[in-house]
Amino acid sequence: MSSVSSSEIKREFVKSKIGLIGIGILASLIILSMIAIITIPIDTFKQWNNPGSWISYPKTSVPAWVNYFTTEKIPEHLIMDKPIVITKEDVISLASHQFGIQYHYDDFPSDFIYEFNAEYSGSQLLQISVIRPDQSQILLLSRSLPHSDTKVVHHERIFSTDNSIKKNIQIHFSEMDFYNQNTASEDMIFADRDGKVLKGDYIFLVNIYGVDKKVSIIDSKLIIGGKAYGMMGTDELRRDLAVGLLWGTPLALFIGISVAIGSVTAGLIYGVYSGFKGKKTDEAMMRFNDVIYALPALPFLIILAVTISNSIFLLVGFLMIFGWVGVAKVSRSMALQIKTRQYVEASQMMGQKNSKIVFKHIIPQLLPYAFASIAISVPAAITTEAGISFLGLGDPTFPTWGQILHDANTYGAAARGLWWWIAPPGIMIAITGLAFVFIGNALDAIVNPKLRK
Amino acid sequence: MFGVLMITLLLTIALVGSNMDIILKQGIVYQVRAEITENPAIAKSFATVEEFDKFVQVQIDQRIETLGLDNPWYSPQRIGFTMYKILILDFGNATFLTSDSGSSNVGDILLEKIPRTVLLFTTATIIISIIGIFLGALAGSKVGSVIDRITSMFAVVSSSFPVWWIGMLMIFLFAFTYHIFPARATPSILPTEPDYIIALLYHMTLPLITIVMIGFGAWAYLVRNFMVGTLQEDFITAKKAIGIDKKKIIYKHALKNAAPPIVTILALSLSGSLGGAIITEAVFDWPGMGRLYFEAISVMDLPIIIGATYVLTVLFLISILVADLLYGYFDPRVKTQ
Repeated sequence: MSSVSSSEIKREFVKSKIGLIGIGILASLIILSMIAIITIPIDTFKQWNNPGSWISYPKTSVPAWVNYFTTEKIPEHLIMDKPIVITKEDVISLASHQFGIQYHYDDFPSDFIYEFNAEYSGSQLLQISVIRPDQSQILLLSRSLPHSDTKVVHHERIFSTDNSIKKNIQIHFSEMDFYNQNTASEDMIFADRDGKVLKGDYIFLVNIYGVDKKVSIIDSKLIIGGKAYGMMGTDELRRDLAVGLLWGTPLALFIGISVAIGSVTAGLIYGVYSGFKGKKTDEAMMRFNDVIYALPALPFLIILAVTISNSIFLLVGFLMIFGWVGVAKVSRSMALQIKTRQYVEASQMMGQKNSKIVFKHIIPQLLPYAFASIAISVPAAITTEAGISFLGLGDPTFPTWGQILHDANTYGAAARGLWWWIAPPGIMIAITGLAFVFIGNALDAIVNPKLRK
Repeated sequence: MFGVLMITLLLTIALVGSNMDIILKQGIVYQVRAEITENPAIAKSFATVEEFDKFVQVQIDQRIETLGLDNPWYSPQRIGFTMYKILILDFGNATFLTSDSGSSNVGDILLEKIPRTVLLFTTATIIISIIGIFLGALAGSKVGSVIDRITSMFAVVSSSFPVWWIGMLMIFLFAFTYHIFPARATPSILPTEPDYIIALLYHMTLPLITIVMIGFGAWAYLVRNFMVGTLQEDFITAKKAIGIDKKKIIYKHALKNAAPPIVTILALSLSGSLGGAIITEAVFDWPGMGRLYFEAISVMDLPIIIGATYVLTVLFLISILVADLLYGYFDPRVKTQ
């Protein structure tokens, strides 16, 4: 084994194309993790397995960018929570929220939901109407809010399946002679005379009228249900896959890097100490190494995850238990060679402590090899974690890419053609693995000159 | 070697034992209560509630004692008994799972599952190694050529994809989009029917293609690296100088010299293919050892977990031994010791 100085490694590494690509991918993954941590609050992410927090999202919808590649535009799921607010304070006070929609899709929305929180007292009247591109105005709903003498906060969700909306639509379209009994309200609103989609600008008006008493709408949200949403689409449980994929990046990096560093460090020290000590210590330590080596790793990981805990931090520890064995074997044989070098023997004769010799004279010689093995063992850690999560044994508080794939498999995503649920998590796993394999190979080629030609 | 096996099994028992006991005890309590609710006469024959509760408790304790569950799992008698049973290759009866033919004997279940895993994964490993060795030898003999670069690139890229994810994609593509292969790998007809073998082979195609596709790149890369090392040796240069055919040098002389490490890896990956198949079998629903193992762990069926761990560890140790022997055969230098 020839020792390579760190500046030499740096110089060689910059020359290797594949290593630079690896560094590039790794850098972009780190940037992605930063974006995830900064832009998506950890609370949103912790709610991943809580179906209640995803209720306003669409079910199994394709990514929104699919529309750029298709001629038939799939209706996008629109969540509008920033309406134009107009308030009038007169004898009759008015709080009006207006939602403008440019509807240019080729299919009808699946539904619409209006959700609001209003603070008021007395009797208030809620009116929802819509102005269509052909300038006709349809009154959808006219209903009084529950009477209250004191100030209350009223929360309500109005669905497109509401009976009074259906009735109002029936009245409106019967006057115009094209009412169809079997068509849903949202289809009627967005349809033209022939039953096709009427494209153009729609305005949804929500007005709350009160006599003498003021009303303030604290927040109001109009959801036009569609079949396309966001960057990455959503899954069966309405979860925004972009959130899961983005947050999976720092998790995967954490798992991969900590397992790799932990197991390589442990293996290095174990192997070097064993090789340096020699004789009976070496024999005993290597037999223990053999035992761990002979354990079937994946079955044991599954048993550990089932019986002890599926916490992600413990899993990292479990992965380390099975990761250090190979490194220990190689570093032992390297230590056996270095041990016989004169400077090691000299320092031994000078009476230096064993620990000092191991850490000052032998381990620094092995560092290039250690770095290469850290990079090479990262992908294995990530794929093993993904595999365990895929079997449904992952940590539910930290959804990883493997868990997204587990859910995809349970809900039969492959059979239903939900490609945006299967492909991205696997691609992310592969890209992350690839970055480290590239870096590892580049380092390996420098450390083992035999591979170079 | 035998010690390693025993330690592995002890570890397994230690990990699973306590949970197993809790589950069994709960099972007994449930059983007793169910019997009493089925037979209202028992409950009526007691005057007070305390007396009745006492009766139930006595019943439960009796059954726990007959099964030997009153000692904790780590008591010497129980561990000793379990280990003794294992030594005489008697794995006992499975607690929950049964084989397809309905037997709950662990030996029967394992014998039923092992051939299927061998059929799929050993076939795949052999195909992988054949493709890998030839591709690797070819790439190694022409370092820096197009084929070498493609092989190396493919090896690196394919090794970072999880096999089971590629499996999901393959199912998505070939089973549901193009309807070429079936999605579930378990044949739908009974094993007794004459067409069973054909159906099994047909169902095997998709998993086989997937495993081979992901596996051979890494093999080729490994063989290539060994070949590059061997081809730099002096005796190869000498052979070239004599004017021996290049193909003959590569396949006869160089490959033979690169054989020892290759054979070791082949032996290890053959035995490893039996255990590492858990997730792949889950994706393709292949009724082999891997799926059995996973099912056993998820319902805490201790006898099966022990039996399967035993088989896997024994196979692994045997293959280490075989690899060592073969190493000596191919590389006579290590024989002298």
